[in-house]
Formats: sequence, C-alpha cells, structure tokens
Amino acid sequence: MDFGLNEQQEMMQTLAKDFLTAEYPDKVLKAMVKDELGYTPELWKKMAQTNLLGLSLPEEYGGVGDFLDLVVVLEEMGRVCYLGPYFSTVVLGGSLIASAGSNEQKQKYLPGIAAGKTIFTLALTESLNDYTTSGVKLKATAQGDSYILNGKKIFVTDVQTANYAVCAARTRKGITLFIVDLTIAGITVNPYQTAAGDKQGEIIFKDVKVLAEDILGEVDNGWDYIVKTLQKANVARCAEMVGMAAQALELALDYAKERNAFGHPIGAFQSIQHRFADMKMDIDGARFLMYQAAWKINESLDAAKETAMAKAFVSQACKRVMHSAHQIFGAIGFTEDHILHYYTKRARAYEFSFGGPDEQLAKLVDIVV
Amino acid sequence: MDFRFSPEEENFRQEVAAFLKKEGPKEWHKRKVSFFDMSGQENWIAVHRDMSRKLGAKGWLSLHWPKEYGGKELSPFYRLILREELAKYHCPGYHSLSVDFVAPAILLKGSDELKKRFLPGIASGEVMWCEGLSEPGHGSDLAAIETFAKEDGDFYVVNGQKIWTTYAHFADWMFLLARTDRNAERNYRGLTFFLVDMKTPGITVNPIINMAGHHDFNEVFLDDVRIPKENIVDAVNKGWYVAMSVLDNERTSDLGYAIAGTLLDDIIEGAKEMDMLNARNKIRMAELYTECEIARLTHYHVTWMLSQGKPLDYYAAICKLLGFEAIQHVAEFGLEVFKNYGILSDHSPLAPLYGRISSCYLRSFGHSMEAGTSEMDRDVIAQRGMGLPRLR
Repeated sequence: MDFGLNEQQEMMQTLAKDFLTAEYPDKVLKAMVKDELGYTPELWKKMAQTNLLGLSLPEEYGGVGDFLDLVVVLEEMGRVCYLGPYFSTVVLGGSLIASAGSNEQKQKYLPGIAAGKTIFTLALTESLNDYTTSGVKLKATAQGDSYILNGKKIFVTDVQTANYAVCAARTRKGITLFIVDLTIAGITVNPYQTAAGDKQGEIIFKDVKVLAEDILGEVDNGWDYIVKTLQKANVARCAEMVGMAAQALELALDYAKERNAFGHPIGAFQSIQHRFADMKMDIDGARFLMYQAAWKINESLDAAKETAMAKAFVSQACKRVMHSAHQIFGAIGFTEDHILHYYTKRARAYEFSFGGPDEQLAKLVDIVV
Repeated sequence: MDFRFSPEEENFRQEVAAFLKKEGPKEWHKRKVSFFDMSGQENWIAVHRDMSRKLGAKGWLSLHWPKEYGGKELSPFYRLILREELAKYHCPGYHSLSVDFVAPAILLKGSDELKKRFLPGIASGEVMWCEGLSEPGHGSDLAAIETFAKEDGDFYVVNGQKIWTTYAHFADWMFLLARTDRNAERNYRGLTFFLVDMKTPGITVNPIINMAGHHDFNEVFLDDVRIPKENIVDAVNKGWYVAMSVLDNERTSDLGYAIAGTLLDDIIEGAKEMDMLNARNKIRMAELYTECEIARLTHYHVTWMLSQGKPLDYYAAICKLLGFEAIQHVAEFGLEVFKNYGILSDHSPLAPLYGRISSCYLRSFGHSMEAGTSEMDRDVIAQRGMGLPRLR
C-alpha cells in the first residue's frame, strides 16, 4: 500500500502547477470563458512545448508518462479551472487512438496531438440516459470502400475547436468507431450556449462519407474501447473536480481567516469550522476514490466499480464544497466579478458529463447488489 | 501509488482467516455478532477472554511492537488485516482498550520497568484494561477533570468519579487520568496518567445500561485509592500528553469501515432472503457502499502514514469520524430496509439477522460520542488541520 506520489508524478505536479500559475491567472480564465473557442493557439503551443499534450500517450509517438501522471496534471488544471480542448484531445481522442489505432493511424495523429497541431474530440452521446451500446443510433452504412454516416451527436466537447472527432456509429453487427475530419462535406457543427462557458455542441452528420481506412479498431467491435475511454473520461473529470474543490476550499479558508464579524474572524465560529471540516473530508475522500480508480486503470485492472464510485461521490462532494464555499463568502461570492462561480458552474457541468451520479449509482447497484 | 497489499500481507490474511475459521466461536459467526454488539450475547465475557488468549498465543496482539517487548515489528497493516478479518468473521477477543489504547501509550511514554511489567500481559491477551478518562460533567472538556490524586509518601491517594467506563466491570486494570495540581497555569498541565489495579481497595464499579439494553458502560467511584508512584506513566503533571496519544490511538484502532461494511453485507444478504430490497434502497445501498469505501481508504491512508512514521495529527479524527458515522448510517439503513421487522426487539425470534438490526441501530447512537464526539472531531480537523482560530 502506498499513498504517495512517485518522483515522476511529483515532477509533473510541480511542472503543471508552475506552468498554470504563470499562464492561467484568473483573468485568462475569465477571458477564455467569454471567448468563442475557449483557447488560444499561443497557449496551446506552449502546452505542447511543456510536454503536457503528449501525456499518457506512447513514447514512440511523442508521448510521455502514464495515466497517473495525466491525472496529477488534471488535478492541477482543476485548481485553476482551466478551460480548453485538453481533455477532449488528450483524454478522449488521444487515448482512443493510442489504444485502438493501427500503427499508421497512431503515426498519423498522435505526434500531431503531442505537438499541439491536432485537436481531437469524441462524438458519442445521443441520449443522456443511455451510455450503453443501445444509446448509439447514428448509422454507418457500408458503400464500397467507404461508409456513409447519418445521425446526430449531442454534448460533444470542444466541437468549436476540434479538427477531428472519433465518432461511435452503429454498423451491421455492433458499434464501429470512425475518425472523422470535421471539415468534410455533410458535417454541421452547432455550438451550445453553456452556463459554465465550457465549449460543447452538437454535430449533425448528413451523408458523411468516411473511408474504411479511417475505422478505428475493428468493425462492429468499437464498444469495448468506448467503455475503457468512458472510465478514463470519468476519472479524468473527477481529477479536475478534486482540483477545483481543493481550490475553492483554499479560497474560502483564506477568506474565513481574515473576514471579521462580531470582533472575530468568521473562521473562529464553530458553524463555519464544521463546514470546513466537512469540506476537507469530502475532498480527501474524493481524492482517495479518484486515485484508486486511476491507479486501477493505470495497472490495466478492472476499474468499473471504482470508477462508478469515484464519479458518483466526487461530483456530489465537489458540489457540496462549492455550495459551502458560497455560503462562507456570503454576498461577495454571489457577484459576477468574483472567481468562485466559475468553479461552481464548471463543477456542475463536469458532474453530468459522461454520466452523473444517477447513472453511476445505477451502474454500481448492478455491480455490487 | 499502490492500492494493493503485499504478497506477505495477503498470506497473513489467509493465515488469519484459516485460524478464525477453526478457532473462532462458530455460534458468533453464524449469528453475525458485530464488534460493538458483543455484550448482547450471553456469556460474552468468557468468550471474549478466551478468544483474546488465543489471539495472544498467536502473537497477534503485539504484531507491530518492538521485538524487545515480544513484538514482531511488522507494519501496522498487519494489525489492520487482523482486525478486518475479525470483523468479517464476527469474532470477539480483540480488546482494543488493552492492545491499542494503553499499550502504545506505555510503549511511547512508559518507563522500561512499566514496559516489562505490563506489556507481556497485554500481548498474551490475559490482562484486560479499561479507560478512566471521562467524568460526570467532563467528557469533551476532558482537561477540566476533577478526580484528584494527592501525594502521600510512595503513593498517590485518589478520590473522585469516572463515568462511561467501558468494560470496567470485568477489566483487570484501568488507566486513569487524575488531577495532581489544582493550581497549574493551564488546567491540562496539572494532570497525571496512572495505571491502577482494579482490585485495589476503594474502587466501586456500578453498571450503566445503554439504550440498546446492553451493559458496556459503568461508573467507577474512587475512594482513597492508593496507587504506587511507580505506576505513573511518564511524569507527574505530564498526563495530558499521554492521554492525547491514547485518544489518537483510540481514534484509529477500531475499524469502523470494516464493522459497517460487514453489517452492510449482512443486511443485503438478509434483505435478499426476505425480499425486502426496493429500487430506492438499492441506490441507498450503493451510496453506503461508497461511504464505507471512503472510510476504508481513509483508514488505509492513516495506516500508511503510521507505517511511514508520519505524524497522524488530525487524520486520526477524520478516520474515527468517517468510520463510526458509517456504522451509524448503515445501521439506520438496516432499520429502513427491514421496516417493522427491523424495530422488533433483539430477543424476538421474528427479528431479522438474529435481532442485530435493532440492537446495532440502538447501539450506534453512541458512535458519534465515544472517543470524542463528532463535534470535537470537526473542531480538531478545522483547528489543528486547517489552522482556523480557536474562540476563547
């Protein structure tokens, strides 16, 4: 049993913390939330130069480190409430291509991801209540050497910036994954207006022609890769939420130590202290569950149960921490100028992405009852 | 990062499981008796003492002690594994008041002579201890206790009263916190930690029955009880620090998560048999499963800190709070699952799980008070852990 970070993980943590502190102050966050694309090519390039974009990808294609290193970095990203196509590109697209791609596909896409030249996303969701194969209805019909895609994907992250999407489609006997260039004919991208400013949207596929060589993995056998990717995606979201909650706690703690009422810092009152104790326990518990699931994924062990527990709890704990932080900040935290609501809104958005507590608990019931 | 036990630790788990299957009280296993519910069983003290000696004979009550005092110098994970298996097997005999409360205090602060006198009896499972800390009026505010020990030659003469003294009615020895200086600048600086033979004249033990109908607690009266000076742990007026080390050990000793988790498994099994599981309590069950998991990982984390020699600090409070509240939540859930059957008396032949639903539920009210109330734990976390100021 070992709860410590190893040298490499500690190094990644410091690297990410230093980089984000310098490059992602509150004013950048606020600008990115307002920005249509939510990222700047300049920062993206710097992230590539810092080796952040190749994290957890195979070394021979420009990658570095493993999934635990990635999770450590995502926690730091959560701390600054980072917004950008990092999750979509590295956690979704990158890991799918690394796990399911042919050598040619890996060679074609992964170095580009690591170098900051290619932005990826995953086009999966069609129904928010169904993250099983039956939720995938978008049709891919074979036609000679190609497939014709028709249907619609909703809540696709970073559609605004993605060059490619891995699209899960229904083929004759199962689910097949296609790498789709989002600039080709028949594709319509409609961005959503989100409360948190995170970039999402829908993709409509109308007679989109994709070559058979762009099939990722095997025909009809794409679902297993999606299951693994959903686990990674949920744990990655957990890592971001843990970082966000930890930062909200720290902000509220600083405030409670200096804000005076009745002649004392408000942090001296027991009603406030007990809130903090609960926040602390929520965050610790969330972090343990998250790292346990991440470790299992990293060791290629079955992580279905651990992931479901982590996502169900972390998102609820993160919500409680945000709500408590608001109560501690009082009216000032309720203003648009204050940074806290950026965290609160994003936390709620991440909670529901790829299956929220309801879906995770239902999954857990199937596993343990 | 690694969430696995080592192969050696896994072997030890197998060894314990095999031993308990052979030597554990079968009736208790069948009846699924919970650690905190032992006193509801007939003849339980004899069973508890018998198992304690058996565990002592295996060397399992001194797993992580120094070899010098008969220990095996193993990592604290061995103790944790032993207790997980004991919980799983519903097996008594682990008298944590001796093994995990007083023994570490003696090891940490006791003289060589005290170690030689008292540790062997604890390691063998022969001698059982109780804890003389709380007094009427002074529980959470422990530093204000009034029981007074007056110096008299080679002795101290103690007068006063202790309360909530678990197992004092059969304990052989008691560790006692008493005031030796009424004029100390800060009240906690006037306290001394004594080891007291329960057969000493002047000690009267009266039972207090808890709301589950069981006899764990007692009140203990001390009238001119003479304690030899050599029975002082550390030094006169240094008792507070010894007591605090006892409390930290107490907060990390009993595995709340294992007791809660075993109870949850038993509830599910019983509910399936009686067809009492509905959609709502299946979801609740998944939440509780997660809660127990967090308490488990928290305990593993603390045990890992111990194994690395890191100071536990406020993590002991978190550990206790999460584990013991998990038992409360699971016990409460049991009642909700079994409804009318759940609230039958533990003596009713119709009561599910041998009456454990109501008795564990009723017993669980104490879990947010013993070893420091949940409120005190939250104070500790906020003040010691997060640097929030104390209101004076």
